[in-house]
Parts: sequence; C-alpha cells; structure tokens
Amino acid sequence: MSYRGYEAVIGIEIHVQLNTQSKMFCSDSTQFNAGDNENTSPVSVGMPGTLPVVNKKAIEFAIKTGLALGCQIRKKSVFARKNYFYPDLPKGYQISQYDQPLCEHGTITFKVGDQQKTVSITRAHLEEDAGKSNHQGDFTMINYNRAGIPLLEIVTGPDMRTPQEAAEYGRTIRQIVRYLGVCDGNLEEGSMRCDCNVSVRKAGSEKLGTRTELKNINSFRFVEKAIEYEIERQIDMVERGEKVLQETRLWDPDKNKTFTMRSKEEAQDYRYFPDPDLLPLIVTEELIQRMKADLPELPIARKNRFVAEHGLPEYDAGVLTAESDLAQFYEETAKVSGNFKGASNWIMTELLRELNNNNLEINDSPITPKNLGLLIGMIDKGTISGKIAKAVFLDMWKDKKSPEEIIKEKGLVQISDPSTVEKIIDEVLTANAQQVEDHKTGKKKNLFGFFVGAVMKASKGQANPEVVNQILQKKLNG
Amino acid sequence: MIDKKTIEHIAKLARLEITDLEATEYSQQLGKALTHFEQISKINTDGVEPLLTPAEIEPFWREDEPKQEFTPEEMTRNAPSRAGNLFKVPPVV
Repeated sequence: MSYRGYEAVIGIEIHVQLNTQSKMFCSDSTQFNAGDNENTSPVSVGMPGTLPVVNKKAIEFAIKTGLALGCQIRKKSVFARKNYFYPDLPKGYQISQYDQPLCEHGTITFKVGDQQKTVSITRAHLEEDAGKSNHQGDFTMINYNRAGIPLLEIVTGPDMRTPQEAAEYGRTIRQIVRYLGVCDGNLEEGSMRCDCNVSVRKAGSEKLGTRTELKNINSFRFVEKAIEYEIERQIDMVERGEKVLQETRLWDPDKNKTFTMRSKEEAQDYRYFPDPDLLPLIVTEELIQRMKADLPELPIARKNRFVAEHGLPEYDAGVLTAESDLAQFYEETAKVSGNFKGASNWIMTELLRELNNNNLEINDSPITPKNLGLLIGMIDKGTISGKIAKAVFLDMWKDKKSPEEIIKEKGLVQISDPSTVEKIIDEVLTANAQQVEDHKTGKKKNLFGFFVGAVMKASKGQANPEVVNQILQKKLNG
Repeated sequence: MIDKKTIEHIAKLARLEITDLEATEYSQQLGKALTHFEQISKINTDGVEPLLTPAEIEPFWREDEPKQEFTPEEMTRNAPSRAGNLFKVPPVV
C-alpha cells in the first residue's frame, strides 16, 4: 500500500496482563478493585532485603501464549533488571527479560479483509508491571496495587504496512489471549496495552525512516486512526524537508491527533543486567509438552473447521468463533439439533439480538444450547413451524423453560394430521363461500393465498403449511 | 578516572543532584572501581559461558495463591509523606 509514494512501516508491542491470582514475584492479590495499596507487601513496594519468588502460573501462561504464537520456548531464559527512576517503580528497576527472553521467533497469520497477513513475533518476554501514579497539582499520589502484576510483552517485527493490518493484528492477539484464558483483553481497563512504532519511507526504499512510538491507545479503532494520522503527519514533514524526531507520542481521540509526550533526545539508558536475586528460568521439555497439550483449538483453526466440516459460510464462522464461549455454545447447539446452518442462523440472528438488547454475555444466556438445539430439531421434524418457533424462543428466553414444556403448556404443536387440517379447511371454505365461488369461476385471480392465510389464522398458526397447501390444492383446483 | 560528564550523566539517570566537588570525588572513586574491573577483564575467558548465578540449584516456583499479610497502613507507614493510604511524592509531570 502506498501513501503518496511512501510506504509505512509498523511494529507493535503489546503488554498482556496475565490474569493470575497473585503477582509475578510475590503473593499479593491482583484483584482489580482493591483499596489503595491494599495489594502490597514488602516485595512489591521495594523494601530493602526482600527477595522475589517466581509465580508458576505466570510462567505457564507465558509458555502457553508463546506456543499459540508459534514461538520457540527457551529452556533457559534470564530475568534482567531494567533500571530507571520513576516513583511508580519502587525498586528503581523493573524485573524484565532482555537478551534471553522466554519466547521468540514466532509468527501469526490472520486476515485483513480478504488478504492473509503474516506477522513475525520477534519475542514475548515476562516482566512485572509498575504502580499507578495519579498527578494532583503539587503532588503525585502512588498506588502500588498494580506493581508486580505479571505482564507478557509481545513484540512484532516491523512487518505491518497499513493501519488496518496493525488494528487487525491487535484484535487477533486479543482474541488469542482470551481463547487461552490468560488475559481478559480489556484495553480500557489496561489489562492489554498497545504501543505502535511507526515510520515512513519512500516506496521501494530499504532503509527504515525515523520512528515514533504511539503509546497507550485504548481501542483498536483508535490504533487504526492514530497510525493513519501519524503516517500522514510524517509524510508531510518529510515532504517539507523536515526531520521526523524519534519520540513518544500520545493519541488524542477528541482531536483525532497525536501529540508529543516526551522526546528521546537523551536516549534512555536502562543499563540492563541479569537480576542476581533470581535464578535463570529453567523450563523443562515436559512442561512445554504439557502446555502444548493444554492448548485449546485457536480461533483461526476453529473458524476453518466450521467452514470445512460444518459447511458454514465464512462470515458465519467468523462471527461464531469471535469468542471461545460463543463457539462452544454453537457447537453444543449444533450437536443437539443435528443442523449446523440452522444452529448458526438461530444464534446469529435471534440469540445474539436478544443478548445484545439485554446487554448480556453468551454465558448469561437464559436459553441453554441444549434447549436451543431441541427447538431447532422440533422445527426440522415438523413438530412446530418456523414462525411458532420464534414465539417459543421468546418464551424460552423469558421463562428459561425447555421448548417441549412451552409447546405443551400453550398447545402449540403443529397440526400435520390431514384429517384435522381438512376439518379446519372445510370450516374456512364454508365461511367464505363467496370467495370460493369467485375463485372457481375465475372472477377473481390469486385468491389461493387468501385461503392459505385464512386457514393459518383459523388454526392459530399451528397448521402445517405444506399439508394446508396440498389439501387446498385438491379442494379448490382439483 | 571517569570524566565528570559521565558522572553527571549517571547522576541524572539516578535522579541525584550532585555538586561539582562531589562529581570530582565520585569520578575518582568510581575510576578506582573501574580500574579494578579492567584488570579482571584482562583474563582470557574464551569459551567460558557468562556466569549468571553462582548457585545452580533447582528452581523454586511459587503456587499462584494470593495472600494478604500486611495492611496498607503498615505498608505506607514508613513513607515520609502520604495521603490516606497513598504514597505522596513530589510532582513528576
């Protein structure tokens, strides 16, 4: 893609907050809504003489995510200290990984519109989060509840070329970590944070331009907009003969602009060195294999399976696999009903609409997949008509009952018995003698539909339309 | 000897304010330490892997179980300044 003869080069760093119960290097709770500094201990506030102890779950989550991103897992990786002074970092250094990260050399493939895009994952390393500072006039207030929560930083190569690719990459990572259950993927609450490195160069040039870093963008829609803006801004500067400064910029969603946060003139000097308080992180083949066996089917594979094995349209498969729980709901519904497309249709139209209207998640659905599957099966068997099924569906939503119960209670079973249908038809024809006459003499055309409607009405919608058609044909045209 | 400029850079990274006199003093002291390391770096270490820890013991990992062993009051008690249970520091923006 070319912008006025330029090409954009984008790389992304995503910080994924691993949803462990306790912190990376101590047992403080990670609970989100705790009171000020309630989730702290001597380790997390950086008291002298304390020692970090690794959280096993964090290591497992990191390995799982690395494997899902096609990474190689290092059997021996090293925690390093990244040194800088800022009050939200109580020790004066952040424990991170530097030259020997846990996961590296992965790739991820996803779709942008109709195009496949593959992005390289340079590395994914473990580190601890910093505390939260709140600036209030003459003072800054610090809360260390977040300090020490495990983060996995996932770094791509400079492989993306458009804002759309960047946003789609972010969505894909979000979907994967949610499928894995290692992170809730909530950008607004900061459990996932996205930094984008953007530069431009003349199309065809190999040399990378100076990059800026866009930080703390809290939605993927804004990622797209911020990069879009940044590309244009940088091209304008180059065209004017100005130099793009290497700096960190923030996105202002109200003004639709990026602005300078801090420049990197005095290049940060983090003086990384191996943390002497922590042993090298040794991961056994046995653990890696266990994590591999524990990986769920990932969204892209699941989507492909729904298309190939269930014969679903690509669009349906995409919607149904957006969330793991939704895909699971669909699979159970399809299994009970024995009708893939039917299950997909009912979930995508009726169920998602009701969930949306009521602001509910799929797991809160008052209709279980089993009951929805039974309902679809009853339509397919001709027990009820599709129209009545929609009414039954709404009752199921309200009363949380099974479709059989509702149909029984309300006497909604479809009438397919020919003699019963015939009786209703005869009544309708007698009541509409004039129309029957008009139909037979051909005085009025197209009265057939009128009779079908009248019979359906007389049967309260319960007559099997096919049987009605057959008998009416015989009586009127036979 | 390390030059004064380097000392000032290090001080800035550590957010330390130092006087000219101190800069000179530290440049001599740190210079001595560096000379010592220069001596060590003369040893031939070809084919020797960097030592990350002197004690290659079995790694110990903690189970992911939260504990609350301290109150926020205890954790902020030593702070020179605080507001409620928050640490209060000079402005940083």
